[in-house]
Amino acid sequence: MSVADIQIEKDLHHDGHDDHHEQSFISKYIFSTDHKTIAKQFLITGIFWALIGGGLSVIFRLQLGFPDMELYWLKPLLGKWITAEGKIDSEFYLALVTMHGTIMVFFVLTAGLSGTFANFLIPLQIGARDMASGFMNMLSYWFFFVSGVIMFISFFLETGPASGGWTVYPPLSALPQAIQGSGAGMTMWLVSMVFFIASTLLGGINYITTIINMRTEGMSFTRLPLTVWALFLTAILGLLSFPVLVAAALLLVFDRSFGTSFYLSDIYIGGEALPHIGGSPILYQHLFWFLGHPEVYIVILPALGITSEIISTNSRKPIFGYRAMIGSMLAIGFLSFIVWAHHMFVTGLNPFLGSIFMFLTLIIAVPSAVKAFNYITTLWRGNIKFTTAMLFSIGLVSFFISGGLTGIFLGNSALDINLHDTYFVVAHFHLVMGSAAFFGMLAGVYHWFPKMFGRMMDERLGSIHFWLTFVGVYLVFFPLHYIGIAGFPRRYYSFTSFDAFQTFTDLNSFVSIAAALTFFAQFIFLFNFFYSIFAGRKASLNPWKSNTLEWTTPRLPGHGNWPGAIPKVFRWAYDYSKPGAKDDFIPQTVPLSETPESNLPNEVEEAKAEAKK
Amino acid sequence: MLNLIIVIAVVLILAILVTVFRVITLVNVAKGEGSKSVPPTNRINALLLMLFLIAGLFGFFYFSFGGLQDDFVLPLASEHGAVTDRLFWITMGITCFVFIVTQIFLFGFAYKYQHKEGNKADFYPHNNKLEVIWTAIPAIVLALLIVSGWKAWSDITGKAPDNAEVIEVMGYQFSWSVRYPGADKSLGDSDFQKMDVTNSMGIDFTDQASFDDFIPTQLVLPKGRPVLLKIRAKDVIHSVFQPHFRMQMNAVPGMPTRFWFVPTKTTEEMREETGNPDFNYELVCNKICGYGHFGMKYSILVLEADEYDQWYADQQAWLKLNDDYLSEVPDNLKEAARIAAGIDNVISVDKADKALVSN
Ligand code: HEM
Ligand SMILES: [Cu+2]
Ligand SMILES: [Cu+2]
Repeated sequence: MSVADIQIEKDLHHDGHDDHHEQSFISKYIFSTDHKTIAKQFLITGIFWALIGGGLSVIFRLQLGFPDMELYWLKPLLGKWITAEGKIDSEFYLALVTMHGTIMVFFVLTAGLSGTFANFLIPLQIGARDMASGFMNMLSYWFFFVSGVIMFISFFLETGPASGGWTVYPPLSALPQAIQGSGAGMTMWLVSMVFFIASTLLGGINYITTIINMRTEGMSFTRLPLTVWALFLTAILGLLSFPVLVAAALLLVFDRSFGTSFYLSDIYIGGEALPHIGGSPILYQHLFWFLGHPEVYIVILPALGITSEIISTNSRKPIFGYRAMIGSMLAIGFLSFIVWAHHMFVTGLNPFLGSIFMFLTLIIAVPSAVKAFNYITTLWRGNIKFTTAMLFSIGLVSFFISGGLTGIFLGNSALDINLHDTYFVVAHFHLVMGSAAFFGMLAGVYHWFPKMFGRMMDERLGSIHFWLTFVGVYLVFFPLHYIGIAGFPRRYYSFTSFDAFQTFTDLNSFVSIAAALTFFAQFIFLFNFFYSIFAGRKASLNPWKSNTLEWTTPRLPGHGNWPGAIPKVFRWAYDYSKPGAKDDFIPQTVPLSETPESNLPNEVEEAKAEAKK
Repeated sequence: MLNLIIVIAVVLILAILVTVFRVITLVNVAKGEGSKSVPPTNRINALLLMLFLIAGLFGFFYFSFGGLQDDFVLPLASEHGAVTDRLFWITMGITCFVFIVTQIFLFGFAYKYQHKEGNKADFYPHNNKLEVIWTAIPAIVLALLIVSGWKAWSDITGKAPDNAEVIEVMGYQFSWSVRYPGADKSLGDSDFQKMDVTNSMGIDFTDQASFDDFIPTQLVLPKGRPVLLKIRAKDVIHSVFQPHFRMQMNAVPGMPTRFWFVPTKTTEEMREETGNPDFNYELVCNKICGYGHFGMKYSILVLEADEYDQWYADQQAWLKLNDDYLSEVPDNLKEAARIAAGIDNVISVDKADKALVSN
């Protein structure tokens, strides 16, 4: 290490102490530039939005499961959106669905998931004192916050929030004559999303820079924990795809407010022919899904990274196929940019393009399958501890398989003709993306809670929470496959108008009851979470006996993370149960030269070289 | 007042819960549970995982093979649907096999390799042969599915046969209009700028082909003949969806789309097959389009081909029923329009006739 480096470290260390004494409440907890605090801000905000998003789904599930129920008792909450007959207004139903999707996909599973764990884990796991730019990181959170405030306010508009579905396809989203929510609500949706995207980009640039430039000595890319790899690729996907959504949104703003015709053409509505000519609504869909498809991987990759870490630690085994895991993530990341039109098979897309996109889509199933097989093989001949985090990770793998397999139907354009926009799709993406990523997030919270708050969450409550949620999710989303095969369309307020959809009323009620119970089971988590922050059992330094760097910090790491020098790294993160070693784990900071008894043949040379230094 | 009581009650219950929980935690700490490296619930969780696997698979088979109140497989009524259905069930077979095997391995391994004191996990970081095998096998299976899917897709989306019945379907908030080409078997032009309350499909009467077009109140299809739907939308995107025909195509304003297929069962036959004397095919809107999306339907009637021809011949041209629109026909074509639409020469006589009939 050069002299200059040491100098910098001393300075940092010194700074750390100063901060400790002088930081005001505001700069410590609110406008903080410490990555750990920002991570917690993302987490708490994400939990807040998850409650709102989940609550909305329970409300609209009430309508779907019990179409005859009188809902006057919701009037204090929903006001005029409960009609005189005690029903949810059918347009407001669409607003609920739209807000639910938007909130879950963007606020909870993008910001809440990546924002929390990229911020928290990247510096701690690569051995850095903080993000490359703490200030940009802080901005990233506050842009997200503003975006949330705007979205929240849009609930209280006279004309209601955006209601064209979370994909906000024009012309529906462009014409207030077509649906009320496309008035001020849609404007606020667009503004909110622009802030959100700015937040994602600020965060993403930071994550990428930090991972490339600030790894501690010895932390080569081939020694990075898979969490960091996943967060790295996620950030790159976001950086390349979110700007396209800004472009799509901007053109939509022009069409809505300045009379352009990017997406609009040949429209006769409200008794008049609109002046727009020559635009194409399909252009919007191409732009949207160019982001939209990578977005589903932005949502799931961090969850998979978290799972890799947790499954390996708790099986007390190295993750099976570390390089194959990286390879498959690279393949998924690359392919995710060239499959977007599988969302558009029945839009009138050129059938030849349809064939190409079917081909590419089914290719992406291969690396996904490899990941699932590798998780299962990691369990094989392990010595498994079922911590709550581990249970949620196993649940994730189960969902990822169940939901991933239905993707093989939907990616096949010939089958998608009949399945597109039915409940089969709802079942598919809730399992593979929604629930899987949600479980990744919960697993991450249970696993890293001791590092975040220095205390343990209660494992018994954790188990109860897991079982209620796991069983609940399957009971909610598995039956939707049947309803989908029967042709039930999604985004329907009620199925009473069609003879073909008079069936499955009991099943729909059942799903709604399961959804409400699952939702309320989350309060067990909330209790456990907040209670444990203040009164949980104090955590030991390395409660899960894990190898990664974050467990070498003090119980409550201060600004700068390590009080002394940053530890060096000598090995990969997965030396669990290495033959010959006395413990069943060897942290990354233990030099090979100190473990001659367990070194593999190819490591012996390395150990010698190390010892010479 | 009531609200206040509720709030107080909730707070009290919470406080009690917290206290009870606190006591239990302290007891556990006293017992020294925290220092154990294996969660106290390890064994029970392993058991539950096994139980979940068994119950889950049982439920899956039970409900997939008849345990539900209704049948989730809709009767099929189109030619290409037979192809896609076959492909669907082949895919279902393959995925269900993978689903069951992988879930058994996942939960089975979790149960089998639960922590046991004194056991040590296997250090098994990679096996390139395995990785190659399970990359190659899915790739091959998927390739087969791609090829068969691609063939089906190309046939379905390929050019419609020349003898196909051409019918126009237009979606609008919140219903459908259908237009038939009439005796000349050729649809007239349309233009959204010509739309008004009566001429809701914007038929362009400067085009001769439009004179005999007719607009019934129901979509009528011939059994056994190819039908080409020319699809458009008036205001926002809708989607022409008919689950029994296994067909779907979006209706996009400004970008006409099409879909062709061959109905294979008349409404009458479906009534017998389903045992439901009220059975009707319905056209379903399947793209979110506003507050009435969930009610945007149109009825479809499938007739035997000869009945269909009969019905077709009996329809009256739209222009005849709305003869004010003759004024939009260019002067040199007015006579042709009257003939094509079947309008009598002297309009006043025509009206007098009608009056007589209604008496
Ligand atoms: C309490 C748990 C949840 C329940 C009961 C639930 C239920 C539903 C239902 C029934 C729909 C379809 C509504 C319709 O098409 O009419 C829907 C839509 C959707 N959900 Fe969920 N959901 C839940 C959690 C989640 C999560 C965790 C995500 C995160 C990805 C999510 C993302 C979405 C999206 C993207 C849509 C589509 C929205 C749209 O059509 O515009 N949901 N949800
Ligand atoms: Cu996609
Ligand atoms: Cu519609």
